[in-house]
Amino acid sequence: MVAKIADKAAIVGIGATEFSKDSGRSELSLAAEAVKKALDDCGLKPSDVDGMVTFTIDQNEEVDVARAIGCEDLKFYSRIPYGGGAATGTLLQAAMAVATGVAEVVVCYRALNGRSGQRYSDGVSGNLITGSAIHYGWYMPFGLLTPASWVAMFTQRYMHQTGCTQDALFEVAHSTRQYALNNPAAFFYQRPFDRAEYDTAKKICAPLKLFDCCQESDGGCAVVVTTPQRAKDLRQPGVLINGVANCLAKDQEEMTSFYRPEIARIPEMDIAAKEAYAQCGLRPDDIDAAVIYDAFSPIVLWQLESWGFCNYGEAEAFVKAGNLRPGGRLPTNTHGGQLSEAYIHGVNGIMEAVRLVRGTSVNQPKKTVNHALVTSGVGVPTGGAILGRMA
Amino acid sequence: MTPEEITAFEAKVQAYVGGEVSAPRTGKDDVNKAMIRHWAEVMGDENPVYTDEAFAATSAKHGIIAPPTMLLTWAMEGYSMAQTPAPDAKLDVQRELHAIFDAHGFTGVLGTNTRTEFYRDLRPGDQITSHQTIDSISERKNTARGVGYFVETVNTFTDQTGAKVGRQVFRVLKFQPNVATAEAKAATSDDAMPAAPARIQAPRGHDNAWWWEAIDAGKLLIQRCKQCGTLRHPPRPMCGVCNSTEWDSIESSLEGEVFSFTELSYPKFPGYPYPLVCGLIQLSEGTRLVANIVGCEADKVYIGMKVKGKVERVDDKTVLPNFYPA
Repeated sequence: MVAKIADKAAIVGIGATEFSKDSGRSELSLAAEAVKKALDDCGLKPSDVDGMVTFTIDQNEEVDVARAIGCEDLKFYSRIPYGGGAATGTLLQAAMAVATGVAEVVVCYRALNGRSGQRYSDGVSGNLITGSAIHYGWYMPFGLLTPASWVAMFTQRYMHQTGCTQDALFEVAHSTRQYALNNPAAFFYQRPFDRAEYDTAKKICAPLKLFDCCQESDGGCAVVVTTPQRAKDLRQPGVLINGVANCLAKDQEEMTSFYRPEIARIPEMDIAAKEAYAQCGLRPDDIDAAVIYDAFSPIVLWQLESWGFCNYGEAEAFVKAGNLRPGGRLPTNTHGGQLSEAYIHGVNGIMEAVRLVRGTSVNQPKKTVNHALVTSGVGVPTGGAILGRMA
Repeated sequence: MTPEEITAFEAKVQAYVGGEVSAPRTGKDDVNKAMIRHWAEVMGDENPVYTDEAFAATSAKHGIIAPPTMLLTWAMEGYSMAQTPAPDAKLDVQRELHAIFDAHGFTGVLGTNTRTEFYRDLRPGDQITSHQTIDSISERKNTARGVGYFVETVNTFTDQTGAKVGRQVFRVLKFQPNVATAEAKAATSDDAMPAAPARIQAPRGHDNAWWWEAIDAGKLLIQRCKQCGTLRHPPRPMCGVCNSTEWDSIESSLEGEVFSFTELSYPKFPGYPYPLVCGLIQLSEGTRLVANIVGCEADKVYIGMKVKGKVERVDDKTVLPNFYPA
């Protein structure tokens, strides 16, 4: 099979900084200038960019480049490993994105202080002042050091804005635990808890308590993707990717998007949801079950709103009506989620979504599952996928 | 401190010299084979004179002896040392003395060196008593760590007959931390004891060092685009509105309100004071920043609360903006 990307994408602008032995400025400054010049070269604006590709070794985070040049929302970002071997790999990523319509304007960049900073010839020796370290430097001296603390900041604001109470967090934690009771692979297999235990558990970062936080787990998960045609000849029933989208939204930061006009919502997930629905023409009503990323209980609430299962601010009512439970409107995290099965960064969730569509979940809903939603982590650029049965 | 204040302070601390740190303390256990064996195992000291009765009897020591460096352990207080003292418990004299140093800004403490003398071997059945005194306090010294005083404590050990069996001199430096030179010293010296834990520092690079340097100098600055005037925080090298890379800054009034917050309960990290509240502060200038909310109970903090900031030193290494109820 030959790739069908010939003539589907074109390079239209190029830009570079001066080259020197001592730039006297940050790598981010170099990246921002190079990207801006490439856009100027072809007459496009930062707001036209909806995709970015760089090297895995590049120290310029996509969120930082996007904020520096003033991008809107990105729907595609990807990195290529192996040092200089990544160079034309960035073009392959960009071409695939453009050819498939995942993105329309993709910038590929690489910027480094390879002589005045971490000398490239030093190899793996030395201490790096990375973009990520600079970023977390705005929080570390104040003690805001953990994922729970970052998520707590959004949670407090969400509860203030919407009137959501601890009852909603408990319902999310409790419903996933109930599913885990039946799942031998789950850490909390056959280990129920109740409201009293939830309330008296250790405080982590207010308003989050111990059972609002997922586990830390060791483990691995993988999935195989091929063409629908080949899927027909294989041992298991194929599960189609009906829609899948990512988004790095305007003024996104890594876990700390604290500077947007309002922080009691997750616009990147709103946009990804809209895109994924548009790809397949499905609506929230068509989703029969879900695996919603649950590193912390409150983030499930926000995602229910992003994916249109309820309106903004109504997630508490939605979950308290029992909609996440076995007979509910949207059985959710039927494996026990990351709160109660294991925390394998959501890939165990993809597996459960596949099982839901195959009909093999340990907590398989009574109804037919034609479409299941599975989502990714919250607080960072994120997204989700809608999976469905093959005809 | 004025010269008069220094004189008064020195007179106050010198009055402690010669005084006993506490009443003589006799070990809870006599010198015994079990503890000797545990020590030798943990230290990896395989000399059989500590553990092998038959061998020891034929050796020059004519029987089992304790490893000499166990000297100070025999009269140690044990696990009760680690317990929090009752709030009304009287401070021992050494802690009382350190508290006076602390109250005058000599908050740094560094164990500089120790010297131990051994007068005879200790054997199972010996009963050891420790007598600890403040032996001397040096004149005021300028050290690489900062201005301070060396305080020497002498611990004399006696046996059941009252005879001296050993002596240990322990010297600490109580000093006013001098941050810049202390860091340089720490980077080049490997004989220094670890200093008290400080907060994790923000790495300083091209785009943010100027902001932290202003904080060190007591000012909270906000980056401003020279071309379009847009304020931005955290600092970035390019304006996201007009793409200018020219910028300057304004000084914040430090007035603001709480946009969101969280009380950090678990895990607790060394170097941070708990209870600890992190706020997302909406400054009156329009930008936000994360900083600690101090000066009120954690459960009194609310979204919309008016706060007023103050840039202040929070530990030996760190200056930060703190926000107080306005």
